[in-house]
Amino acid sequence: MPLDKPYLDVPGTTIFDADQSRKGYWLNQFCMSLMKPENRELFLADERAYLDGWQMTEEQKQGVIDRDLNRLIALGGNIYFLAKIGATDGKSFQQMAGSMTGLSEEEYREMMVNGGRPADGNRYTSEWEERS
Amino acid sequence: MAHVSATVYTSHVPAIGVAADLGKVDEPYWKPVFAGYDHSKEWMAANTPDVVFLVYNDHATAFSLSMIPTFAIGTAPSYRIADEGWGPRPVPPVEGHPELAAHIAQSVIQQDFDLTIVNDMAVDHGLTVPLTLLFGQPEAWPCRIIPFAVNVVQYPVPSGRRCLQLGKAIRRAIESFDEDLDVQVWGTGGMSHQLQGPRAGLINKEWDNAFLDRLIADPEGLADTPHVEYVREAGSEGIELVMWLIARGAMADLADTPGPHPTVEHRFYHVPASNTAVGHLVLTA
Repeated sequence: MPLDKPYLDVPGTTIFDADQSRKGYWLNQFCMSLMKPENRELFLADERAYLDGWQMTEEQKQGVIDRDLNRLIALGGNIYFLAKIGATDGKSFQQMAGSMTGLSEEEYREMMVNGGRPADGNRYTSEWEERS
Repeated sequence: MAHVSATVYTSHVPAIGVAADLGKVDEPYWKPVFAGYDHSKEWMAANTPDVVFLVYNDHATAFSLSMIPTFAIGTAPSYRIADEGWGPRPVPPVEGHPELAAHIAQSVIQQDFDLTIVNDMAVDHGLTVPLTLLFGQPEAWPCRIIPFAVNVVQYPVPSGRRCLQLGKAIRRAIESFDEDLDVQVWGTGGMSHQLQGPRAGLINKEWDNAFLDRLIADPEGLADTPHVEYVREAGSEGIELVMWLIARGAMADLADTPGPHPTVEHRFYHVPASNTAVGHLVLTA
């Protein structure tokens, strides 16, 4: 029996479940390595070489180099792990979250100050399909 | 005997810790956030417990994907402050209470909750930001702290019902400890926020406030809320709110011999702190 995933019907959202975790195991463990200052230095000095030391897919490595967080989440990344890349780059959580929304940093900050993204119209995938 | 004197609930947004550490608490953006805790800080100074049993989640800090305990209790004498990628927060070390923690582990496991026992771990913003919000910036934290980490990162996360029942078991455990200790149970995380994907930035004031109302008045009903409702209504990271039910389960009105309904000492809600809605409650016995 497959895992029951009622959360697939929430738009613009990927729930980090066992299937995602399996796909993203090495990607997330690579991120974890950036908790050590010496590894952050090694990574920044030669990203490609550092990534080649991990059993990640080529797509995952490219996603890291491109800092494409939406792509990395689709490939099994979890935001709390991916945040270590942002921290290494000196980015705040708000900058990281905003980068996934298609809004500029300023627009995203403004949206949050004005009360955030409303739940109305953002609850079910069908609501986003109607929009596009 | 030890007793539960109060339960405290608060969001644990990392940016709040950064703002405090960099001395930004009086900036217009942060002032209303910190002001929402002024009353609680005064109250806390007059009602400092001996021990805080602090329910929080680790954010890929002490626990990577190598090991994912659903419920983990810290039984160590002290805990390191984690380097989460930009250096450890400049806050005092966290001193534990190994005797009470070991007693709670023994009691709760014998009540059929299979806890993981942890003797060596670093604690991240999930634990230290609530301490800063409630105690300010002292040279040393004014009490002992028992860290209790809940997995809300990788699904399946525990249900609200399981969390509420666990809180009840923790109360029984605390009340069967021989030493006369004043213990507070804190539930942290939330409120509505989503940190990932094109829907990032979701905030739901109505749902959050209804959650606060029901946490106070109808915790048993609230415990039946399915995970997908947290995700849909409060954002993917809003699921952290299940941890508040652990603290709520430790109040007298839900005990085997029910005591009085809790008194609301303080309630606060503010949007935003970074990506997140900040909610805060102090309930006294």
